[in-house]
Amino acid sequence: MEIVVASSIGILTAGGVYLVLRLRAFPVILGLALLSYAVNVFLFASGRLAVNMPPILSKYGDVQYTDPLPQALVLTAIVISFGMTALLVMVALGAYFESGSDEIDMTEDQGTDA
Amino acid sequence: MNHWIIAPVILPALLAPIIGFVMRHDITLARAASVAGSLGLLGIALGLAALAAGGQTHVYYLGDWPAPFGIVLVLDRLSALMILLTASLALIVLLHAIATGWDNRGRHFHALFQFQLMGICGAFLTGDVFNLFVFFEVLLIASYGLMMHGGGRDRMRAGLQYVVINLAGSTLFLFALGALYASTGTLNIADLAAKLPLMPVEDAALVRVAAMLLMIVFAVKAALFPVQFWLPGTYANAPAPVAALFAIMTKVGAYAILRIHTVVFGPDIPATAGMPDTWLFIAAVITLAVGAVGVLGARRLLQLVSFSVLASMGTLMLAVSMFTPEATTAALYYLVHSTFAAAALFLVADLVVERRRNDGLTALPPIPQNGLFAALFFGAAIAMAGMPPLSGFLGKLLVMDVLRSPDVMVVGWTAILVGSLVVIVGFARAGSVVFWKSTAIPADVDDPGTAGVDAAPAERADFAQVAPAAFCVAGLGALAIFAGPLTGFLEDTSAQLFDRAGYVSSVLGNGEEG
Repeated sequence: MEIVVASSIGILTAGGVYLVLRLRAFPVILGLALLSYAVNVFLFASGRLAVNMPPILSKYGDVQYTDPLPQALVLTAIVISFGMTALLVMVALGAYFESGSDEIDMTEDQGTDA
Repeated sequence: MNHWIIAPVILPALLAPIIGFVMRHDITLARAASVAGSLGLLGIALGLAALAAGGQTHVYYLGDWPAPFGIVLVLDRLSALMILLTASLALIVLLHAIATGWDNRGRHFHALFQFQLMGICGAFLTGDVFNLFVFFEVLLIASYGLMMHGGGRDRMRAGLQYVVINLAGSTLFLFALGALYASTGTLNIADLAAKLPLMPVEDAALVRVAAMLLMIVFAVKAALFPVQFWLPGTYANAPAPVAALFAIMTKVGAYAILRIHTVVFGPDIPATAGMPDTWLFIAAVITLAVGAVGVLGARRLLQLVSFSVLASMGTLMLAVSMFTPEATTAALYYLVHSTFAAAALFLVADLVVERRRNDGLTALPPIPQNGLFAALFFGAAIAMAGMPPLSGFLGKLLVMDVLRSPDVMVVGWTAILVGSLVVIVGFARAGSVVFWKSTAIPADVDDPGTAGVDAAPAERADFAQVAPAAFCVAGLGALAIFAGPLTGFLEDTSAQLFDRAGYVSSVLGNGEEG
């Protein structure tokens, strides 16, 4: 299972980084979404991988449990990244309607981007 | 527990939705509420500063959960200083935005402004790294709205870049937190500080990765060299009052580096020894150089100011990268100074650009009250460049004084001195084109006098518009005059920051009043 989780995080990250480096707004949004999926799985794995274990302590027996904290962290991260992606779509749409172009980099008369 | 500690977060958090939902159609009401809220925040900040000046580390346990398990807020001298800085800057910027009508050029300025304050205050107070992430997101999402306030083609496109780079930074932040939690099992700053020194060096690979990832994330916020390129585009295209408020946002990054990389990944900890400081020093030197060259090459006034902010961040991080109590004292003094200097420059530049109706560094017919604006710009510019009468000179002197160790002295002093010279040349060129060459162009009004009150064309600035900028410049003078008492307080602050054992025992203590 470790190899599946690790390679899925790696592939998602690689795809995300590639897409973020594109020049158009839409691939960049998709790339950031992929990156946030990758980081969510990564956060989940930071509590050690475990199958069929409850995230709570049982006082009735010596039952094994999995760390609940990463699950709480992932929930927070999912909510935030979901909201941020929605906001990014709105910003990208706004920029597209204002400037008539969906390219991420600034026009050269700006002279302010590195 | 002292419940006032959470007030700087609660007050704006309650006020913002009220302004956003109830007062959205009444700008006068929204202004009154926003100013009242900012005044309240300033009062709370003063109270907290007085509380923290006693030297104790005050801890607020949310829900009264004991420390490593629940969320904590920690108030020490550094947090109190940063909150006080935020509250004073916010009030100045808010008054400027109201007087110039910036807040009325788009919707929800005041609600976003209060949310921004909530995020900044929370980031300064939190004692938990994951909560730091959450408050970063709060202040960022508000800053996206503020940065694009008023709309317009260039602003929207610059805003899109700003959002994208910060979302990428947030993703890195989460990766760092995951790596940190996987290797230590905690995200509480005090608990991390207690556990990391015990970690054997051979097991520390993941922690070292996390430390460097966190450094990159904070460097994005602080606009350090490899990841500095978002700053000039963002600040130059943001509404100028918002850019003035953003002067504190880069300091959030500097604060996070100071807090995390001193308390958690301190240079004396075997697991992460020698990691941050070498890289940070080089990055700071290059940032300073990029900023100085940018000041010289800028073609627009707001762009010029943005690059000078970059140069000041380079100087600040030079001092931070030493990671000693003396260097931190110098860094904190320079931090306070550069926040107000950047804000003053943005506010003055806003007044000038509004009247010239042109952001370019070209000679145009002179604006009314040319002399007044020239004087304000001159004052703010010499503060930013580090010339004697104002606090920039003392700040740079303190920073240079701590860069005395032989292996950093040559590079550090050269960077600061040459950088200052280049910035002075850049400002002198801009100021003489905008304010002096303009007077050579025939025009009927050239009034090197006081703020006009009578018989003015529509665009003469009234007292309320000039006062915030003038107050900032006067504040820079006051910083220079009261440098002695201030550095005394800052010495106590950095001593407390470097007292890791004291921090850990205060937070992890036993849930009593700490």
